[in-house]
Amino acid sequence: MPFGNTHNNFKLNYKNEEEFPDLTKHNNHMAKVLTKEIYAKLRDKQTPTGYTLDDVIQTGVDNPGHPFIMTVGCVAGDEESYEVFKDLFDPVICDRHGGYKATDKHKTDLNFENLKGGDDLDPNYVLSSRVRTGRSIKGYALPPHNSRGERRAVEKLSVEALNSLDGEFKGKYYPLKSMTDAEQEQLIADHFLFDKPVSPLLLAAGMARDWPDARGIWHNENKTFLVWVNEEDHLRVISMQKGGNMKEVFRRFCVGLNRIEEIFKKHNHGFMWNEHLGYVLTCPSNLGTGLRGGVHVKLPKLSEHPKFEEILTRLRLQKRGTGGVDTASVGGVFDISNADRLGSSEVEQVQCVVDGVKLMVEMEKKLEKGEAIDSLIPAQNI
Amino acid sequence: MKTIYSRYVWRVFSSKRVDKIGFSTKPSRCADYFKAERVRTSFCCNWHYFLSHPRRVQLASTMPFGNSHNQLKMKYSAEAEYPDLSKHNNHMAKVLTQAMYERLRGKQTPSGFTLDDVIQTGVDNPGHPFIMTVGCVAGDEETYEVFKELLDPVIEDRHGGYKPTDKHKTDLNPGNLKGGDDLDPNYVLSSRVRTGRSVRGFSLPPHCSRGERRAIEKLSVEALGALSGDLKGKYYALKNMTEAEQQQLIDDHFLFDKPVSPLLLASGMARDWPDARGIWHNDNKTFLVWVNEEDHLRVISMQKGGNMKEVFTRFCTGLTKIEELFKNKGHAFMWNEHLGYVLTCPSNLGTGLRGGVHVKLPNMSKHSKFEEILKRLRLQKRGTGGVDTAAVGGVFDISNADRLGFSEVALVQMVVDGVKLLIEMEKRLEKGQSIDDLIPAQK
Repeated sequence: MPFGNTHNNFKLNYKNEEEFPDLTKHNNHMAKVLTKEIYAKLRDKQTPTGYTLDDVIQTGVDNPGHPFIMTVGCVAGDEESYEVFKDLFDPVICDRHGGYKATDKHKTDLNFENLKGGDDLDPNYVLSSRVRTGRSIKGYALPPHNSRGERRAVEKLSVEALNSLDGEFKGKYYPLKSMTDAEQEQLIADHFLFDKPVSPLLLAAGMARDWPDARGIWHNENKTFLVWVNEEDHLRVISMQKGGNMKEVFRRFCVGLNRIEEIFKKHNHGFMWNEHLGYVLTCPSNLGTGLRGGVHVKLPKLSEHPKFEEILTRLRLQKRGTGGVDTASVGGVFDISNADRLGSSEVEQVQCVVDGVKLMVEMEKKLEKGEAIDSLIPAQNI
Repeated sequence: MKTIYSRYVWRVFSSKRVDKIGFSTKPSRCADYFKAERVRTSFCCNWHYFLSHPRRVQLASTMPFGNSHNQLKMKYSAEAEYPDLSKHNNHMAKVLTQAMYERLRGKQTPSGFTLDDVIQTGVDNPGHPFIMTVGCVAGDEETYEVFKELLDPVIEDRHGGYKPTDKHKTDLNPGNLKGGDDLDPNYVLSSRVRTGRSVRGFSLPPHCSRGERRAIEKLSVEALGALSGDLKGKYYALKNMTEAEQQQLIDDHFLFDKPVSPLLLASGMARDWPDARGIWHNDNKTFLVWVNEEDHLRVISMQKGGNMKEVFTRFCTGLTKIEELFKNKGHAFMWNEHLGYVLTCPSNLGTGLRGGVHVKLPNMSKHSKFEEILKRLRLQKRGTGGVDTAAVGGVFDISNADRLGFSEVALVQMVVDGVKLLIEMEKRLEKGQSIDDLIPAQK
């Protein structure tokens, strides 16, 4: 081989059993899949940038998991991780993404015109709408693994690309490390500011190294289109606004994303994508579309209905509190978004949200009048 | 087993006092380390992706092996990779210039520890306005040699001017301690001495693999299992602990928990927790060893009351026995005549010793010259909850401020003499008398 990875080489002095992690008390996707045999097979491999199996699984070893929430427990350090360590990633992906097979193809559809409806969600119930996704830039290692030089290069490229946007997308970049107090206050008030991760899941994967170097937030003047640079992924792209016009949010999302991708391609740095995994991101849970589209919606009665969870599952939706994942809802207001990421397109996932939320608002209205909703409940998973 | 995360937040090694010693001579090479390593060169990287990948990696032409991750970074200029330390206040940030970064970034130790590994904790933790943190760690014994250009000045700054040419004296003969058995128990509530030890031939906690860590645990448990007499004891592995055992260890103030300090977490010491971590203590609960926490071994001798001599005697006897047992198994402790005992954090080099007492000094602590007196006595104060805690009810943890450049006996002597004097002063102040004639000159 033309190069080696000393640290990993050194570990090969120890037997497989000696290095294999103790996963007996673990409950995450990695721990369910990783056997001693797979560990033995993969432990001496590395990606071209030197990412090894132990790097992939460290976060899952350090965080045994939650009894109720199944965490992923592994991350990619670069695009090649998903190939070099496919013996681990394929079954994790299959388990996490509803049986997605190693031979399946993922469809990308960012044509907002294919979305039906979505412009008439009742604003008395739907308070705000939002769509987010992530993008990785080809040719650079991912946040768990990249060096300061790489991260700064990603920032530089991103800022150039974003600053060349115009019209409704014209905006400004705020690097975290040189933000003024006034700017910081404003970004917090706008609910835009992201902070150094505190979750041990992210910290153990190495994503917070060198914080806040080369991290920042870009947003357009209208404050409806926002990009996070170098947080959990190279880019996180967010389109949002008050009210229930998801169609408009999705339109802006697609148009903005496509423009950004064009500019990156001109610089010879397209986004990481392939026809099996779709958009390649740091966490396997975000593969495919990486898209989470959702609304903040008032459903005080429906949320108390015994079939609420069942309805959400059948609609392929999930609920969160309005503070984000792991928070409780306040005042009966929920964050309702698509549950899927891989195996269905962007348009399909947002369609689920639009149709599902419309139905749930109808149900809420019926419950308000004291009427039954049984006839509205979908018979099976859509 | 209920998780013991954050049940008993062990004291954080975050705030080390700024004591100045320095060091100089080259640490001795550990030949057995090189013998142990067999370099495997048969990788199975995915060739397709490598060949089609736009990135190119430089070959390590002079080294017999390379470190891909570090090689990749070499594509970027030193300036592009040099960390932004403009808002930082730690020893590493004071010393590391861009030019130094450039000179050291292509290097690595035999186990592959690189400059970025050394400094990551200091980059991630800009520091405290009042407390000067170290900001760098060692991944193995050779780190202090390969990266001496950075670590020498850090050590000099931290340890009171200790030069690269200085020699450190080790003295673990308790017979050399004068007095220490008569500290007034009305004031001194408890006495304690701790240190750390690293086992030669293994990487240190920021860098070691699970295999290495488990090997250290196995060796340690075997060695400790051979102790007898009043040192006879038992090992409690963190991951197998029963609820009852856990509760007892908490009540005894013995249990250590997964580090929560970002200083420690950023250096990688908490990886794979709680695998291969554990606590050993003797039946009398006066001698305690932590395995694989911030260092390979942390050795603690403690008891209620003010008989520091007894505490120190047990400390030395136990340590010496343990060192013998390790040597018999072919594994000495990391030590050299310049740096003394080699530990993970540069602040613990030399003796790695912190000896102290919990002592009631309510009047003394309100005296305007309290800090000055401590400084002159080469002592430091902490709250009784450990470093970074406040004193409660006028009870302070008073211990030696130095680690390197003074022997173990010398440091414990300072504690013994200093605490005796502080108690005299406290008694004077109780009677409303002045203490001016007792205030010492700088030691």
